[in-house]
Formats: sequence, C-alpha cells, structure tokens
Amino acid sequence: MSFPLPRPRRPQLPQHRKRNIQCGQGAVRAVRFTARGSYCLTCGRDKSLKLWNPHRGSELSSYQGHGHEVLDAAGSYDNSHICSCGADKTVALWDVATGQVLRKYRGHAGKVNSVQFNAEGTVIVSGSIDSSVRCWDCRSRRSDPIQVLDEATDGISSVGLSDHEILSGSVDGHIRRYDLRMGQLYSDYVGSPITSVCFTKDAQCTLIASLDSTLRLLDKDTGELLGEYRGHQSTMYRLDCVLSEQDTHVGCASEDGHVYLWDLVEGSLACKLPVGHSVVQSISFHPTSPCLLAAIEGQIQLWTEEPIEEM
Amino acid sequence: MAAAGSSDSDGDDLVSYGTALQPLAEGERLKKPVPLQEQTVKDAKGRYQRFHGAFTGGFSAGYFNTVGTKEGWAPSTFVSSRQKRADRTVLGPEDFMDEEDFSEFGIAPKNITTTDDFTSKAKDRIKEKARQIAGVVATIPGITAFDDLIGPSKITVGVELLRKMGWKEGQGVGPRVKRKPCRQKPDPAVKVYGCALPPGLSAGSEDEEDEYQPENVTFAPKDIMPVDLIPKENVHGLGYKGLDPSQALFGASGGHLNLFTGDSEDTSNLIGDLRHSKGRKLGITGQAFGVGALEEEDDDIYATETLLKYDTVLKDEEPGDGFYGWTAPKQYKANKRSEREVKYTGVILDGFSPASKSSTPSKIYPPPPLPRNYRPVHYFRPVVADGNENCRLQKALKESTGKLESDTRQQSRHALNASQRREQLGETDLKGPAPSVLEYLSEKDRERLKKVKQASEQKLKAKIIPQEPRNSSCQPTSLDGASHKWLKLLGPQLANAGSSDFKPFAKNPEKQKRYEIFVKGLKQGEKVDKLEQYLDPNTTEWEREREQEEFFRAAMFYKSSNSALSSRFTRAKYEDDVDKVEVPRDQEKDIDDKETAVKMKMFGKLTRDKFEWHPEKLLCRRFNVPDPYPESSIVGLPKVKRDKYSVFNFLTVPEPTTSVTQATNEKIQQSNILNKPKKPSRWDMSDKEKEKKDSISEFISLARSKANAQQQPPPVPATEEGGTGLSESLPTEAANEDKDQEEESRPSIDLFKAIFTSSSDEKSSSSEEESEEEEQPSTSVVDSKTTKQVDPPGSSSSNVQENVVPTTDAGVPLLPASKQELDATEEFGPKLPPAFSSGCTWQQEPELPPSFPGPSKREKQRKNRQKQKTKREHKHKKEKVFNLNINCL
Repeated sequence: MSFPLPRPRRPQLPQHRKRNIQCGQGAVRAVRFTARGSYCLTCGRDKSLKLWNPHRGSELSSYQGHGHEVLDAAGSYDNSHICSCGADKTVALWDVATGQVLRKYRGHAGKVNSVQFNAEGTVIVSGSIDSSVRCWDCRSRRSDPIQVLDEATDGISSVGLSDHEILSGSVDGHIRRYDLRMGQLYSDYVGSPITSVCFTKDAQCTLIASLDSTLRLLDKDTGELLGEYRGHQSTMYRLDCVLSEQDTHVGCASEDGHVYLWDLVEGSLACKLPVGHSVVQSISFHPTSPCLLAAIEGQIQLWTEEPIEEM
Repeated sequence: MAAAGSSDSDGDDLVSYGTALQPLAEGERLKKPVPLQEQTVKDAKGRYQRFHGAFTGGFSAGYFNTVGTKEGWAPSTFVSSRQKRADRTVLGPEDFMDEEDFSEFGIAPKNITTTDDFTSKAKDRIKEKARQIAGVVATIPGITAFDDLIGPSKITVGVELLRKMGWKEGQGVGPRVKRKPCRQKPDPAVKVYGCALPPGLSAGSEDEEDEYQPENVTFAPKDIMPVDLIPKENVHGLGYKGLDPSQALFGASGGHLNLFTGDSEDTSNLIGDLRHSKGRKLGITGQAFGVGALEEEDDDIYATETLLKYDTVLKDEEPGDGFYGWTAPKQYKANKRSEREVKYTGVILDGFSPASKSSTPSKIYPPPPLPRNYRPVHYFRPVVADGNENCRLQKALKESTGKLESDTRQQSRHALNASQRREQLGETDLKGPAPSVLEYLSEKDRERLKKVKQASEQKLKAKIIPQEPRNSSCQPTSLDGASHKWLKLLGPQLANAGSSDFKPFAKNPEKQKRYEIFVKGLKQGEKVDKLEQYLDPNTTEWEREREQEEFFRAAMFYKSSNSALSSRFTRAKYEDDVDKVEVPRDQEKDIDDKETAVKMKMFGKLTRDKFEWHPEKLLCRRFNVPDPYPESSIVGLPKVKRDKYSVFNFLTVPEPTTSVTQATNEKIQQSNILNKPKKPSRWDMSDKEKEKKDSISEFISLARSKANAQQQPPPVPATEEGGTGLSESLPTEAANEDKDQEEESRPSIDLFKAIFTSSSDEKSSSSEEESEEEEQPSTSVVDSKTTKQVDPPGSSSSNVQENVVPTTDAGVPLLPASKQELDATEEFGPKLPPAFSSGCTWQQEPELPPSFPGPSKREKQRKNRQKQKTKREHKHKKEKVFNLNINCL
C-alpha cells in the first residue's frame, strides 16, 4: 500500500512586496503580465508603453507611438506582438522585437479602454467609451474592423476573451457575452457601471467588478450569481479585478490604496495588500504563479508569496 | 614622259613641262605654300587626324613617334604592383583597329548592314549570272541550283505578293485603268530649269505627251509617291517657303518675289513646279542667295538687282495677292475675289477635285444695336444699410429701382450675431464651453428664472395680442386662441422656423409645401385667419386645425433642436423622412425588472437577455470556430423593420402654464404601457396599426387598443423609486382615454413628466444611485451626493474636451483645484485614477489635485442616459422628444 500523496500545498497568496519599480512614465494606467508571465507591460500617461522584466526589475524596451496616454495593453501568446490602446482613440499593434507599430487601427470614436488578443494573436478586441467593441484583424491589412459589437448602450470599460467568446463590460451595467460558437449574445444585467470583467481560467464563470464596490462571480451559462465580494472601495474609478493563478482567489484593486484578495468559494476576505496611499490603478495576476503586479501612481509593485523560510 | 609640245608658232626651243601656273592677278600676293607640318587633315568628326606612318615616313608615326600615346606601346592596363597584378586580357584584333574601321564602310562594320546575300535580287544580277555560269562550269554541275532553292528570300513578302498579282516594279498599285481623261499639260512655253521635278509629276508629264493612245488598252496605274506631310517646325508664316534659289534666280511671275505660294492660278506651283510665264531672268541674286556652283546659267549670278523690283509705296501693293487676308484694307477687300477662290493649297489626291461650288456661307448676324444712352462704364448702386436713419433713402431707392429686396434679413447680415448667422447657415453649434450661465445654475434657480422670464414675456404678449384685429368671427374661437398662443410661443423663433434644410414633412411633399408657405406667411407676420388659407382646403375644419397645430409645433421644434439642443444630443440614428426603421428583432427585457432582480440578487434568468447574434464569418475563422449560421448573411443582431411615426404628432409645447390643446398622443400612451412589466411587446401594438396611415384612424385604433390594454390589470409594482412617475402617468392615461374623442384639453406637462421620470431617469441613471445607496449606505455619502447632481438635465457635456488637457509632467499639478472639481462633475464614466496621490473628492486629504482627471462617472451617467435615449429612439421616438422638451425648458 502506497503512501497517500502529500497534501497539496495550500495556495499561496502574494503577500510579500518583493519589488518596487519606478516606471518613469507618468501615472501607470495599466500593468499587464504577458502571456507566460515572465514580462509585464506598463501603460503610461506619457504616451509610452514599456516592457519590463518585473522579476528582475529591469526595463526591456519602451514603445513610443501613441498620441495620448496609453490605457491598456496586452501581449500575444508568443510574446511576439503587443497590442495597446489609448486615449488617442487608436489601437496599435506592436512588433516586440523592432519596437515598431505594425498596425494602427482607427475607428473608435472615443478613448479605447480595453484591449485583448485572442488566443492565437490574430484578432484584437478593443472596447471603447464609444460603446462599441471592435474586432480588428491582425492578419490582413484591412483597416476597418472585422465586426463592430455595438449593442452596448454606454461605454465599454473592459473586454475579456476566451477561446470562442467575447466578453464586454459596459457602463450601462450590462455584461455582454458574445458566443461565437453558438451564435448567441448573452446579456447580463448587474445594475451598476462595470469597471472590469474577466473569465475564470476554466471559462465557466465571469468575474465582474462594478462601481457599487462589489465583485460578482456569475455563472457563465445561466447568469446566476455564484459569489459576491465586498469590502473594497470602488465607486469612481475604473479598477481591475483579477483571478488568482488557480482560480482560488479573486482580487480587486481599491481606491483606498489596497489590493483586496478574497477566497473565491467562501467569499471571505483573504488578505489585503497595502500598496500605497493612493488609488491602485491597475493590477495583474501572474498566469501561473502566486505573483501579483499592482500599479499605483508612477510605480508598479511586484507582490509574491512569502519567502520560504517562513514555512 | 617628256612631252614636247611645240605650240608656239614661232618655233621656240622652249620646252614646258606640266601645267603652267595661272598668271598672277594684279596686286595679288603670292601665296605661300602651306608647309608640310602645318597641313592638317580632319576626320569626319572634325578631329585632327594624323596620317598613317606611310605618309609621315615611318611606322611609328604619331605622337612623337609613339603609337598615338605618350607612353607609346605601354598598355594602359598595365599595373605593376605586387598586390595588383594586371589581369591578362586577351587582345583581339579589334583592339588594334581604328574607330573608323567599325563604321559602316569600314573593314568590320559594327552596325547591321545588309550583306550581299540579303540584298535584293535585282541588284546582283551580274553576280547571279556569274554564279550560273559557275554552276555550269563547276565540277559538279547543277550544284548552284540548290543554292537557289535554299537561298534566302531577298524580297519582302508584300512585294512578292504584289508580283504574284501581276505587279511590276515601277508601276502603281491598283486596277488597271484607261488613259486618264485629262492631264494637266505643262505650259510648253515654260522652260523648266533648276531642280528636278518631283518624280511623280515629272514622269507623267513627260512620257505621255506625245503618246499614241489606243482605245481599249488599259494601263497600270502610275506609281504614286506618297504624300509627304511635313510637320511645320519653323516659325514662319503658313505657306512661307523661304527664298527658293531657283525662283530667286529666274524671277517671279509678278515681277517681284513671291514668298507665299497659296496664290491664285497655279496649283501645281504648290509642289514646286516652276511655271513662270515670262521666264525672266531677273531676280534677287548674289552669293547670299545660295546659287550653287552647279547652276548652269551662272552669269546671272552677277546680275545686279534694280530698285524697280521693290515697292516704294505701300499702297501700290497689288490687291490680288492675298497678303492682307481678311484684315485687308477696304479697297482691297472690295475687289477681292470671293471666298470661293481661296483654294485648297495642298496636293489634291487622285480621285478628288476641288469643289466647284463652295458650301453656303454661314450667315452672319449683326450685333444688336446699342441703346442710345449706353455708356460703357458700369455703375454700382450704393448699398444702403438697414436702419432707421436710412429708411428714407431706402424708400427712395426702392421707388427708383423697384428692386430693393423686401427681405431685410439678407441685407442686414452685419447686424446678426454669430449664432444667428450660424443658424441661418445651418451649422451645428460649437462644442465649446457651456454657452449660457444657466448651465451653471442649479435646477431651482433656473426654474425661478424661467418663471420670471415667462411672466414678463406673457405680459409683453398680452400687450401685443389685443392689437390684433379679431374679426375672424367665422373661425372657431378655440382655433383662434390656440394659434394665437402658438404665435406667442413661436414669437422669437420665427425667424429661423422655416429654414430650407428642415423638412419635417418631406415624405409628404404637398404637406411640406404647405408647411413652408405657412411658415413664410408666419414670418411675414400675417394674421392667423390668413394663415388658415395656406392649409389644405380639401380637409375638414378639424383636420385643418390639427395641421395648423402640427405646423406650429414643427416650426417650434426646429429652432429648439437646431440651436439650443444640438450640442447636447447626438444626431438621430434614423432619418426623419424614412418611413421604417430597423430595430433589433429581440427586445431586451425591461430594465426595471432587471433592476428589481438585481436588488433581490436574483441573478439568472431575470437579469439575462439572450439574443441571436451573428458573428462575422471572418471572425469565426480567426477564432477557429465554425460559423454558427453558415447560410445567414446577417451580421450582428437580426433586425426587423418597424413603422416610424412623425415626430410632430407627439410634440407638445414645453409650456406648463398654457394648456396645450392637442391630440393626445397615442405613442405616449403606448410607451406608458411599456412600462408595465410582462407586457408582450410594444411592437405587437405597432404591428397592428402598421397599415394605418391616416392619423385619425390611427388615433382611434390606438385609443381602442389602449382601452384593451387598460382592461388588463396593470400590475405595476409600486417601486419606491419611480412611484410618483408611474402613478402619475397612469391617471393621465386614463384621463386621456376618456377625452380622446374630443381629446383636446389635456395638460401635457404631466404627461411628459410622467414619461420622462419613468422612462429615462429610472432606467438609466437613477438605478445606479439607488442600488448604491441601498447596498452600502456607509460609503455612499459622498457618492450619493455626487450622483444627485446628475439630475439637472441641462448641464452640458461640453466640458469633456477640457478634460483632455494634456499635461506633460505627470507629477506636477496643473489644474487648479476648483477647476478640477468642476471637471470632476462634468466627467463621465468610471474615470481613471488620479495620476498621483491627490486631494480629490473621495479622499479627504487635499494634497495635489490629480493632474489628469479622466472621465467621471457622472458625466458618463449623463451620457449614458443620453445614449439610451438615442438608442431607444427607434423604439419610441417620443421619449427623446419629450426629453428634448424638458431639457429645453
């Protein structure tokens, strides 16, 4: 009779502030891990987009080309391209190696709040305050979007993608999930302007942050409420919500300078990371390890699990 | 070798060899022979040429006895160094040949020339003969026969074909002809000198002169030289040929030189045929005129010219020369030959002859006679500015010219201010900062101001109205009163009411026309009863009344939407003149339901809408997903077409004090019905009435359907938030039903208040506040305070642009705190966090204002509402209209 497997380690939380990087690009509007989590992108108010190795704290390169502050960015699955969007109403596709803008997609009528690559890096989905989500083709040279999803009645604050779904959270209080495989649009009403949406890793649930200082976890198929997470403060700003690397915790930035992490199942506050005194502008969770990036003012902070000696 | 010639008769012993030198002329200096070293020879290109060694006495001739170069034979390519070895070049014979040898006639011509083998057969007849002989004599007889067989064809295919057809060289191409009937015979008296005549003519004119011409013999046509069309490359006049030396030599026909051909009698002159009737030998002569040494009669060269040949007086010019053309002086024109004789001056082709009759001359109309008092100077009338002091002058001008426009608007354009001009031009309002102070006032203050204003206006109107004659006794008084009220309301807006770009009734052109006339009449201040006549006379009085009201409303609406509100509302998604609109097929659930569901945390079915959605095919491909609707061509949500109604059926005047007598609006009621939950769909209603175009029947049917709807118990949940709105709207509905036969006396403000509060406020923005307030009373103190400020509908969204003030240095606060607060109230959407820790409203620690405030929630909520309005426009347009009305209060 074999020994039972050792109990899996309890999921760790990034509670240790490992590094503090001054980005030097004005306020950091968004910080995003790249696909594998080894690098991160910071979107600055000074119209620049920077690529970092947050684990070492080194700046790798800086991408200039936006006409106004950069509001969101995402890396493709193979780290070969970056897409970014900004207040200049454009969505840009960058080549990582050369640092050049490959495409610039114009068509949004307002600031572009959120941008995502699809799984293969062939489509960029962007959401703008002009209440439209636009899908841009990276393969061809066409300048107009493949499709415009303009069902929202107010600005789009966040978009999320799974392999066959497009999720958009709008200020009109709806999240809209466009299922390409089924050809259906599911619209769920949350009741408060939505600031951030994301899929869980298994793409069965959606996590929604809204301006009523609440995070909600909705079942994707039925739209039922699975969990509600409160305690943080989010009433004015567009703040991010994240899921931990194993979907065990949900996290959200807060206006009181903390990052809140809740247990996903229990809904209890797991920990509260004191990031600073100002609004935590953006957070991003490492895709595979308990590691969190938080952007506050002009800096980003890397939070990791507690050092080993504690155990 | 010793040639002894005793030429002299006296028998001298003198022996002379060679030819004697010419005897020296008087005074001529003896020519020194050019020494040998100075004799030069130039080649074709003018370069000095050295003689070959044979001439200069040695092989190594040339440049100081070298081979043409200073270095002699040293090759120019020689490089003597260890690193650079000269690569060996194999010299061919060409390297030692002169340039001239490569030329056409050199030893090795480089340009392509025809070799013997390829020259035409005719030329080497001798050679051929030699070859034939050789063939006979050769050891193998007949071997050259093969050569002939294999020999390259030496003539072109065309020539060969022609030959097969019987053509011979020297003949013309074409069917054989009889002798030409008439041939221009050259004047026998003329001697032809000088240049050879062109072959075409000369051949003909010479051979056939004295030829026997049998009757039935045909001849091959003469070979024709192609007509040479020579491009004119010089700047001489047309037809000018320059001095022809032959002509200069032999004198001209007219006694003086004729530089222009084109002249009268001799057409053959054109091609250079010399036909001088007198054959005079005088002319301008001399070396300057290029008489060559080969001229036969060279004694004439030295003939002196006489002054006789020149004109001394200009007027004595002979008129027939055509020198003057059509600008000729009169006396020449008079006796000039008619146009018919101006002849074609080119070569006349065979088969053509110059027309004997000229085409009919085009008729020339004389210019109209000038009026007697015509002065060729333009005189501008003075522009008289519109004004009181100019009144008399204007009148005088009007009397004198009868032209002065009665429309003073056009003349006094300088008196307009910018916004008036903008309206006239139909431009949109500038999206600058809020135009009026009113924007910044609170709701209450504004209302108060408005009341004061209205009161004063009414006083004014009350003064005006009694002055109007009320002699329209035949009209029903209600109409009169109503239209007066309209007039009163319209008063200040009349100027712009009927602008041409506003066509509210475009789908009914007659009605539109009537409307335009109506507004025009209105503008000119015509009386109400007179205005009546512009309405459709074929309808009943009641209908006319309605139409008039509609017109008034349209005129009213135009102004308000154009100027005051255009900055606040997006453009209509659908054209006013389109009958049908596209709306999504599936309707969203009522947002009130969702709201309550959210409050009860009953997420799921209640909060979920499910639509059929068609993704773009390419998007599916990019996502590696099969297209769910492979055969559909729709993209996005499927749409259906719905009827749309004229906006002006629903418009009410935003005047709470005056009771607007108007048809209650069916659509409004409908929209109220909408607010009731679990109602099937608003479009079921409209489908029923889709067919009905006529407003009355529409109205009645709607009333009926309305009654049906009313019979169902309206299960409006008395929600705490919108209770007043809904409960108010329902009674008015009921009241409307009662009255809808006479239907003219409902206070409209209640109605749209009800609609306004129930539809847009609840649905969009208030929902958020309330949920927030309820759910977290602890944090919502500031929040609710701020959100409440959303409510003033008049506050403008025009400050958005100010928010985008780019600040270069993020760390430095650029906006003053007050400004920041202002912006904070004007922003929309969940804004971006402040750039650096700052004393913004939500943190009670005032340190630094955020240097970049993003759009705030507030503005966004407003925008949200606004957008919902536009989005829902197609659903029920009246909502928007009512909102408009309220906002323009």
